[in-house]
Amino acid sequence: MKELVVISGKGGTGKTSIVASLAVLARRAVLVDCDVDAADLHLVLEPRVVRREDFISGGKARIMPGHCTACGKCEELCRFDAIFFDGPGNGRVGRTFRVDPLACEGCGVCVDFCDERAIEFRPEVCGQWFVSETRCGPMVHARLGVAAENSGKLVTQLRRVSQEIAQSKGLELIICDGSPGIGCPVIASLTGASLALLVVEPTISGLHDFERIVQLCRRLGVPGLMAVNKADLNEEMADRLEAVARQFGVEPVGRVPYDPEVTRAQVACRSVVEISDGPSARAIAAIWRPIEERLRSSAASEATGLVQLKVN
Amino acid sequence: MRIAIASGKGGTGKTTVATNLAQMAARAGRQTAYLDCDVEEPNGHIFLKPAIEEERPIEKLVPTVDPRLCTHCGACAKICRYGAVASLPNETLIFAELCHSCGGCELVCPVDAIHEAPLTIGTLRLGRSEAIRFVEGVLNVGEAMSPPAIRAVKAAAPRADLVLLDSPPGTSCPVVETVRGCDLVLLVTEPTPFGLHDLSLAVEMVRAMRLPLGVVVNRADIGDRKVHEYCKGHRIPIMAEIPDDRAVAEAYSRGLTICDAVPGFAERIGGLLARIDEGVGR
Repeated sequence: MKELVVISGKGGTGKTSIVASLAVLARRAVLVDCDVDAADLHLVLEPRVVRREDFISGGKARIMPGHCTACGKCEELCRFDAIFFDGPGNGRVGRTFRVDPLACEGCGVCVDFCDERAIEFRPEVCGQWFVSETRCGPMVHARLGVAAENSGKLVTQLRRVSQEIAQSKGLELIICDGSPGIGCPVIASLTGASLALLVVEPTISGLHDFERIVQLCRRLGVPGLMAVNKADLNEEMADRLEAVARQFGVEPVGRVPYDPEVTRAQVACRSVVEISDGPSARAIAAIWRPIEERLRSSAASEATGLVQLKVN
Repeated sequence: MRIAIASGKGGTGKTTVATNLAQMAARAGRQTAYLDCDVEEPNGHIFLKPAIEEERPIEKLVPTVDPRLCTHCGACAKICRYGAVASLPNETLIFAELCHSCGGCELVCPVDAIHEAPLTIGTLRLGRSEAIRFVEGVLNVGEAMSPPAIRAVKAAAPRADLVLLDSPPGTSCPVVETVRGCDLVLLVTEPTPFGLHDLSLAVEMVRAMRLPLGVVVNRADIGDRKVHEYCKGHRIPIMAEIPDDRAVAEAYSRGLTICDAVPGFAERIGGLLARIDEGVGR
């Protein structure tokens, strides 16, 4: 089983549009949307949800106003400025302390050190994840709760589910749509994957961000390929990106030109290769060939030993 | 006034809006600070080209265990809700990447064998670009957690009449950390299905935090009209619209501030500044 993760460093370079096209071109693959806090792949693939689960992770502290004596120990110990002295009063004190759930990081220190045992710790439903059927095959996706945490853990969960589905349906390939940045959800998406496709745009920002994401791939030992999207915006920069990529041992697999058909496809809830045979559709079909070849020749993903975060 | 420039979707033009706002405000004689809170991929420096005056490490506190004192009682591992401490029969292991610096293990250790020590997770850079006070945080590659670095950037904010916080994309903890305490959140979006969907998630987040918000529609003439309809239906002011313009994209690709490179752009940003001052987003 192979896992291809599409990643970019910088946001908005066209990851999801390219994944949607690759999903069509690959024909038999499990699709995973690992961009759990701004997931968009479902807008194109129109999934029919067949399984729905709560994602429960970590927890949040809650002060029970009836038990709080307003001693202030919790406020003093909290490192996240999550405790406020504006809770309702009770028979003994006029005001009690209150936890702001959006600031609470769920460390539980206040819970453990409250002398009155006035603070409870509840597991949090941080979002939902889904297994769906789409016209391109099975899809695993999620919706992280509003302002929720633990996106890395959710990504790990989605990948685990997608591996189970691939195994049970005899599918050889998993395609993951990653998130921007280089932090927790990206590390969780890349760790242990077979191959990363780096989608970059030919801008100075794109180059800057590419250099950081490519270093992360290296640290995690994930080989990479690079595609330059909207390449005609600045061909000189596209040349430079490809040169830098080669220095990092990342093979450029092609350039996709800027094409209004991409937006038209998005509005029509289709991938560009489904509605167009224009320049971008042809270019994406052309980059799929070397990706497929590379996947065929690369070692199978050691998907069993998934770790959420790399530990030095 | 602290204004966060955020978006659900990446690549909608946060940095373009934030850097140009900073430049226009400073040129109008306002005391302006620009904070790059997108510590995973900070790009504001590319456009503002600040002269860096000071660089210092961004640190987070992580526990260290004194093996001579440790009795391997396991209290530290038990209190840690992040799995960052493992208590083995002969050794206590700390996984710094997982540590949230809550201090629980140090507090709970009965023999005082645990002490927190700073660990460098990134670099803070402070400087000036024309009259703009510039601060950015750069997270080290391989670090998973950006909120401590974002907190460091915000803590280093200079006093200014207008503080602009350039946020990372998304809607989860790094964004929550950035927008917390701001007087206005500007959400930059584009009028496409992806733009609208991620905008609606971002709006939910900002509303959950009870912060005033406004929308900037970038590449306003591509896609469809659904973002406009959504904003109208949800009573969210559209504070500026920026048309799709290849000249803007090309100037951006070269790292130029658009106000200087593209005629007419400065007026749009000036208009946005005026709308912000009118308090339309309140």
